[in-house]
Amino acid sequence: MDARSEASLIESNATVPKTAALRTEWIETAALALAERAARPPAAAVPDTVTPERIREETGTSDPVGRDPIGQSVTRLEDLPLVRGQARFAADLSFPRSLHMRIVRSSVPHGRIASIDASAALALRGVVAVWTHHDVADIPCIPLREGKSAELDPYLQPILADGIVRYVGDPVAAVFATDPYLAEDAAERVIVDIESLPVITEATAPLGEFLPGLPSEPTIVRKGYGDVDAAFAQADLVVELELAIGRHSGVPLETRGAIGRYDASRDVLELHGAAKVPHRNRDALARMLGRSPHSIQLFELHVGGGFGVRGEIYPEDVLVLLAAMRLERPVKWIEDRYESLLATNQSREQLHRVRAAVRADGWVLAMDDEFFHDQGAYVRTHGDRVVDMTAGILPGPYVLPNYRVAGHYRLTNKTPAATYRAPGRFESTFVRERLFDAIAERLGMDPIELRRRNLIQPQQMPFPRGIDTISDTIVFDSGDYPLLLDKTLDALHWEDLKESLRQRRATGETVGAGLAYFVEKSGLGPADGVRISVDFTGAVEVVTGGASVGQGFETVVAQICASTLGVDYRRVRVIHGQTNRIQYGIGAHAGRATVMTGSATHNAALKVRAKALEMAASLLGASADQLSVVDGQVVYASGDVAGAGRTVSLGDIASALAPTAPARGGREPGLSAEGWYETHSMTYPYGVHVAVVKVDRDTGAPRVERFFVGYDVGRAVNPMLVEGQIVGGVAQGLGGALLEEFSYDERGEPLAVTFADYLLPTLADVPAVEVMLTEDAPSPLNPLGIKGAGEAGINGVGAAIAAAIDDAIGQPGAVTRLPVSPARLKALLRRRAS
Amino acid sequence: MKQPITLQVNQNTYDIEAEPRRTLADALREDCGLTGTHLGCEHGVCGACTVIVDGDPMRACLMFAVQAEGRAIRTVEGLAAGATLHPLQQAFIDHHALQCGFCTAGFLMLATSLIERADPPDDQELLDALSSNLCRCTGYKNIVNAVRAASVALRQR
Repeated sequence: MDARSEASLIESNATVPKTAALRTEWIETAALALAERAARPPAAAVPDTVTPERIREETGTSDPVGRDPIGQSVTRLEDLPLVRGQARFAADLSFPRSLHMRIVRSSVPHGRIASIDASAALALRGVVAVWTHHDVADIPCIPLREGKSAELDPYLQPILADGIVRYVGDPVAAVFATDPYLAEDAAERVIVDIESLPVITEATAPLGEFLPGLPSEPTIVRKGYGDVDAAFAQADLVVELELAIGRHSGVPLETRGAIGRYDASRDVLELHGAAKVPHRNRDALARMLGRSPHSIQLFELHVGGGFGVRGEIYPEDVLVLLAAMRLERPVKWIEDRYESLLATNQSREQLHRVRAAVRADGWVLAMDDEFFHDQGAYVRTHGDRVVDMTAGILPGPYVLPNYRVAGHYRLTNKTPAATYRAPGRFESTFVRERLFDAIAERLGMDPIELRRRNLIQPQQMPFPRGIDTISDTIVFDSGDYPLLLDKTLDALHWEDLKESLRQRRATGETVGAGLAYFVEKSGLGPADGVRISVDFTGAVEVVTGGASVGQGFETVVAQICASTLGVDYRRVRVIHGQTNRIQYGIGAHAGRATVMTGSATHNAALKVRAKALEMAASLLGASADQLSVVDGQVVYASGDVAGAGRTVSLGDIASALAPTAPARGGREPGLSAEGWYETHSMTYPYGVHVAVVKVDRDTGAPRVERFFVGYDVGRAVNPMLVEGQIVGGVAQGLGGALLEEFSYDERGEPLAVTFADYLLPTLADVPAVEVMLTEDAPSPLNPLGIKGAGEAGINGVGAAIAAAIDDAIGQPGAVTRLPVSPARLKALLRRRAS
Repeated sequence: MKQPITLQVNQNTYDIEAEPRRTLADALREDCGLTGTHLGCEHGVCGACTVIVDGDPMRACLMFAVQAEGRAIRTVEGLAAGATLHPLQQAFIDHHALQCGFCTAGFLMLATSLIERADPPDDQELLDALSSNLCRCTGYKNIVNAVRAASVALRQR
């Protein structure tokens, strides 16, 4: 019996509970059983047969988890150094004789650099160099990750501004000094004279020149299917809306950091503090610096949150590398918060003009959307992918037989924009779900009934969406959308909830509920590989090209490896983000880590397991199909055969497979294997968000009383971590829906440059988010049925909050712009009063 | 101009030399080698740098090292007793109260100062106090659960 059939057996005996409450109870029962087992004398003390059956017997038949680490809410491998203060984030790493870099940034949103005078800075003792564009003119602009684009390449960012500054925060000069305080002092002494030029501050401004000879709109992303014009001609009703999403971003609590070091003795250039996509960045940096990728090594340290913004190549990453080589000393750069709010990728800002063609019975015939995406001042590594994803995913979970979209990609004199957790989905879900609420209102139909009538049905799966996005053809792989809606409404006692809210409104409270449905995307391919090896102590190492941004990557990969191989997950060490350990890697983005790296781990572990069983069979004088691996020991799968009871550990098998071991015979040396997973289709999880919001009529302050997420994750490797991802995502979504906005004045001056202006949600702003995970639609695309979970929490928050506020204030369709700040909400309340 | 400063951190003595403008956070991190205290904003909003000074939670980014001279400083590195974690550290692990872990030291020190008080705060006071630090990953739910659990565990010891 192999690991998978053992696992299936266990699963068939124990259906995973579908509600949060039941699941909690189930997890507690399982934890109790495991604790009881741990309290017993170790199995090794019992000399008789150890079989999977026996272990299951010992753990008790009521143990629903059995021994499969997949599906267990185990605690994280990552936590110990983090709670002890022993972690190493970028700022925590110091090399001897380091220089510290400080960037001089433009204080003008658009202008021509007349002069830069660094003499006063250079006069300070300890200041080693001050660089301007002139010093780095041989270095090309930071390229698009996915290759050249004739339309977008002219807008790429140089590592120091080339004659023109385009946003407040644009790097103009780099100061290198022996001490970070000194570097900051010196940067203040660099005198930059800039002649201001006219600014563009809105993506919806009339088309013009952004730079001499270059239009403010380099491209328009168009997608669609069906005959939209014919659908509108037949429509009983046409609903049109203008909707805006505010500019906000990931804002990790750790600012960016980069440490460059050049080791001349080996001719190796090192970048410490890499994140997200170290391997892709290594290749890009190699091209920019004219070096072989083998001679550049990127090292991920602890990462204080990624959310899409950290780990892209920014000017500072290139500057520390270049300086490390040219100044012949390690160079450290740690961003401060003010810089972070000016210079790290921003996101989300879009204005949509959307309309729907609707039949009187609620069937939505067509959606037609034109939107304007505010890219800011440069094209960064993602190019137009956020626009592309917005356009690709906008139709969501509804059939929508006809669809047309045009996304205008526009440059403005603001901080450059790129991806932020659920890029294009937070935006498009807000637009689509606002539109559906408006249609329901115009038809006088219950908004849930309207959604139900338009949802893609389970028998339509797999459902080809009819469009491509980011080079994948969208085919929803599996799902039962009506079922998740039903389960969500049941879990919430929806009718009772609505009634209680009605009663509270009748007594004068301003309270309401709203719902949003969405389809997520995850598991962007095309391929990922890992290498697993077992050492002579039986410890397992999984070397991945994945990356950790704090999401629990190590634990999840260890659980998958442990499940397939038959070891305790705590014996598995997971390596990530180290380009000198593995040649390729996809990193951590686009909901990829668990799906791609997890599946590759599964495949590699199967190979290691097969190798182990074959060698063990020889050592035990058995045949491999009689054996199984349990807790790091190869054992007889059944106690009823001759020789049952004899075991051999994976560590001993590894020793027997050493190159010099006689027992190895002609076998390939090493208890190790490489495994790959390839896919050309993304997998599509889906979810429902429900918010209950109360509004203070005097102040306009909204208070989120409840937030509920129903989400089908296909298969949860670690439900506790999935829930953690979702709850955290909701909190970020609440920020974007209610608090966070990078606002600019009409001259292009940023107004949110400290945490006093840019408001992250605090504990007081976030309710105890309720999560219902379901596993009704495992992905048919990967061996474990996994779908991504990282973006499930944030996707629908803007949409659900908007609907809840409409309901609370009794003004359907009132919310057309995010974030709904108290000032905007107060204005809506006043509008009602007048 | 650097001057000699003596800091008492986790009951150890550190003789350092620092400029008067050096923040306590930088002195702890760079001069004492205690990098468990993190800097998230350097203007006193996020609370990642929270340490305990004479029993009270303080933003180490808003305090100069010279101001901490002669006072008892506690940082995250001093929470565990050898291999034995502080109940709050254990509770953070058990309740999945951290993801990236960058804010964790600040929350641990803030919460320690609250739950170790002779008159521990009631739940509302606890929530009010915890809302003074920022976490970008967890959505706070599990942090609250962990602190509540540790508060109970501590009183049962």
